[in-house]
Amino acid sequence: MESIFTLDSLALGIALKVVLIAGFFLTAPLVVGYIEHKGLAHMQDRLGPMEAGRFHGIGQLPADGVKFLQKEDIIPAAADKWVFSLAPGVALVPAMVILAVVPFGPGVWAENLDTGLFFALAVSSVSVIGILMAAWSSANKYSLMGGIRAAAQLIAYELPLVLAAAAIVLQAGTLSLVGIVEAQFAFTAFGVPVPYAVPHVIGLGLFFTAALAELSRPPFDMPIADSEIIFGHMTEYTGIRYAFFMLAEYAGMVVLSALAAVLFLGGWYVWPGLAYPDAWPTALTAVVGFSVTFGKIVALTFIMIWFRATFPRLREDQLLRMSWLIMIPLALLNIVVIAIAKVVG
Amino acid sequence: MPPTLPKIGLLKGLGVTLKTMLTPATTQQYPHVKPDLPPRTRGVIALMEENCTVCMLCARECPDWCIYIDSHKETVPPKEEGARARTRNVLDRFAIDFALCMYCGICIEVCPFDALFWSPEFEYSTYSLRELTHEKERLRAWMDTVPAPPELEIGAELPKEISDGLAAARKAAEAEAAQTVQAEQAATGAPAKAAGGKAAAAEEDIHVEAEVDQEVFDQLIAEGKSERVARAKAKAAFVRREKARIRAEREGS
Repeated sequence: MESIFTLDSLALGIALKVVLIAGFFLTAPLVVGYIEHKGLAHMQDRLGPMEAGRFHGIGQLPADGVKFLQKEDIIPAAADKWVFSLAPGVALVPAMVILAVVPFGPGVWAENLDTGLFFALAVSSVSVIGILMAAWSSANKYSLMGGIRAAAQLIAYELPLVLAAAAIVLQAGTLSLVGIVEAQFAFTAFGVPVPYAVPHVIGLGLFFTAALAELSRPPFDMPIADSEIIFGHMTEYTGIRYAFFMLAEYAGMVVLSALAAVLFLGGWYVWPGLAYPDAWPTALTAVVGFSVTFGKIVALTFIMIWFRATFPRLREDQLLRMSWLIMIPLALLNIVVIAIAKVVG
Repeated sequence: MPPTLPKIGLLKGLGVTLKTMLTPATTQQYPHVKPDLPPRTRGVIALMEENCTVCMLCARECPDWCIYIDSHKETVPPKEEGARARTRNVLDRFAIDFALCMYCGICIEVCPFDALFWSPEFEYSTYSLRELTHEKERLRAWMDTVPAPPELEIGAELPKEISDGLAAARKAAEAEAAQTVQAEQAATGAPAKAAGGKAAAAEEDIHVEAEVDQEVFDQLIAEGKSERVARAKAKAAFVRREKARIRAEREGS
């Protein structure tokens, strides 16, 4: 299957895809950020932003963006200038690159790599480098502590994330994200069509928890704990560079939710076995498919926000213990069980 | 210590946040929705200028010394022939500096003549400290925002201030009605006696803006009087002289 954005002219097609990815990359985090502003506020019996943009603070995030642009760009005297300046970009770019291989609808993707999942997971770990760069170059002890914590945490939770995804690959028999969606569409458990979330319920739990930890979202926000180490690697950042880190966080939420939606929740299909009518034009199925995927992404990001409002932060040692002693063994066991079921069933 | 396993409390917590999210927030959108303040809210202090006798109790009791009062004495001519003339305190300045005021309400508590009241109005912030000193005109204007005193208990008879006010208003309305009837009679030919003119004549109609008579002031200071007393007496002297002058002018013309 080809991407619907592939044009006869190679250059034009690439330009179109880049523009679309950049557009999605800049708008989807705004949607998630708005849900976070309002959802979190209401969970705390507040109203959240109410003034900007006339209707219930809908313009708050664009206004914040403009504010960040206007702010002075401060680079500490003791900082390693080049590394300090580059770090937000290094943290930001992986999320954008992953979007290139995520299928949002039938034909709605930029590139259908045969090793799409591998590519996505490999690229996502690059963001650790950006965080470590920021932490070291800031020449600030809190930043450094945050950076070390982030490194320890991100490496620890990379494993359960990859192992949970590996179980899906075993089940689907392909590394291509589009292939996984199609395989999931044809999947039946005891004759009943269900998404992979049902047999992989442990895998989904592990993937989602590990995704939270990868994003340093509460309750796994020890590396950026604002009340203890003042936002860790972001302590010295101001203005647009700080905004880049925030954008990276929200874009990360979108990307990892999109991966979870594709791997576990059936991607652009509402339910496995429930195909879109052939009579529908390509554009319609593409729009509906995209909407379904986006709905699943929003639902997953809402759960992330819900967790943030509910759970207190884990201590650093609890955090690492949970990964190495519980989640990784569980993920390995999950793979073994899925492999046996695959061979026997 | 082995890690504690996640238990049902995690789900309960999620339930609490979800329930809170689905119930409406209690936030009041202040500038758009005005708060519904109880009648005894301490917002601003209002002055019923007519009731003030310049007894200075409020200014003396004020822990912050934020009430400024200036006055002079005037002689009121006797109402009846042969009676003694009386003196009366006239308020020249009454100001409260709300930048100093700590809203303790002691001035209102001590006022024996019901001249000071709490008003729930609170929106008088300014860009300069000077504007926070409200002069007596502004303090008098706040009186319009003072709510009626609440009933002591449900079904209690009206407070004296209100029942008196209502009675006075009723009386005035009746008098006006009677006057209208009289005017109608006059139109039909019956001679009507002009009433009220005599009574008003007894009351002096000369009004003089009080100013400090510098000569008298200097003299009193030289005599060792306090500045406040000297100022008040100097003003009274000025008013007396001016009134005498005006009276003489009228008689001359």
